Amino acid sequence: MVTVNGEQISGSAEPRTLLTDFLRDELRLTGTHVGCEHGVCGACTVIIDGFATRSCLMFAVQADGSEIQTIEGLASAEGEMHPLQKLFAKHRALQCGFCTPGMLMTAIDLVQSSKKLSEEDIRIGMSAALCRCTGYEGIVNAVSEYAEQLQDEEASNVG
Amino acid sequence: MKPASFSYLLPKTVPEAVKMIAEHSGDARFIAGGQSLVPMMNFRLARPSVLIDLNRIPDLSYIKDRGDYIAVGAMTRERMIENSDIVRDMCPLVHDATLNIAHLPIRSRGTIGGSISNADPAAEYPATMLALDAFMVAKSERGEREIGAADFFDGVLSTSLEADEILTEVRIPKAPANSGSAFIEISRRQGDYALAGIAAQVTLDDDENIIGIQLAACGVGPGPVRLNQVEDGVRGTTLTAEILSNAKEAATAAVDPEGDVHATAAYRRKLTGVMTERALRKAVLRAVGKK
Repeated sequence: MVTVNGEQISGSAEPRTLLTDFLRDELRLTGTHVGCEHGVCGACTVIIDGFATRSCLMFAVQADGSEIQTIEGLASAEGEMHPLQKLFAKHRALQCGFCTPGMLMTAIDLVQSSKKLSEEDIRIGMSAALCRCTGYEGIVNAVSEYAEQLQDEEASNVG
Repeated sequence: MKPASFSYLLPKTVPEAVKMIAEHSGDARFIAGGQSLVPMMNFRLARPSVLIDLNRIPDLSYIKDRGDYIAVGAMTRERMIENSDIVRDMCPLVHDATLNIAHLPIRSRGTIGGSISNADPAAEYPATMLALDAFMVAKSERGEREIGAADFFDGVLSTSLEADEILTEVRIPKAPANSGSAFIEISRRQGDYALAGIAAQVTLDDDENIIGIQLAACGVGPGPVRLNQVEDGVRGTTLTAEILSNAKEAATAAVDPEGDVHATAAYRRKLTGVMTERALRKAVLRAVGKK
């Protein structure tokens, strides 16, 4: 039993089935992409129990009982895009789009788990995901603005 | 590629895990965070017939202050270590080393025990534990033993753990008062394995003489390399430009790396000197800054 994007789902997988393949082939959540299958490219990154994780370096059985968030769960049920998705559009932070799901899931954990991020911190953090179109400027700009948005929100909550 | 088939065992306790490995020794492997093992399995460079998953043993995940040392459970994830105040305050070199490990999503899952028992020569934790004279606790059905880092690392991807043993805990001596430390590495891309890296901790007396020095390198030998000769040249001195330049030279001479597609042997040797110089300077600055 796993919770995927808020929905409880049960399924069966043989031990060697990677979580990526379970998400894509069993649950038909094909937004999570398969790139290198050895943890380098970041295309398969999902958020498990709050932490960005490579779904190609985990067996599906190991996720039993976990709460998984994939790219499909970012937009609201009504189709309203997540703030970071809007910023990716605004900053033209994608070209072919293959790396984008992993970029978004990586960035959400990076920004939400850090108090303050410099541009360098963002570049280091986002180096966990590779963009073969090399469109990093837009990605860094989008993530920077997202970090600012969250900080402003936090400041106004405190204030 | 996809992994070959295996049987999957899920122990809930350490005694259960050691019983399983004793029953299947030879063709079974423990899986910790899996951030090195699963890629090897995906490439089918590793095809264990039995996989014993340690991820559901809650008793192996903790960071405890035990007076002279901190105890870290083998299944403690790197994200937990990098966020730990105990580690940052009492073993700052471990905090520094952790931030150099791969990328955030890898540290979400990777564990200290996995990194240490995998013993990749380029990994950060083995060199850090060697520099800090940490102790590894191993358990089997035969009992428990404590292994010093100098006796633990045993060549490429090899340790002195026996086939039926499991690493359960790492005991890391706390940094002395008036000490400073730094972990510095260089890699082709951010987050890649180090071409060369240095773990350094220095302890100063009131006149800023270096009375304690602990140095180890990663990425430049079959395992982590303790730089004893470099330590001897620095101990008892203040870090003048001349001492620093001698240390750099001694470090270059102390290692015998192999060349590969990422860097030649000569370049790795040169980097060992440069990383030593930078790490020493930073460690001393931090020690001075604390006073």
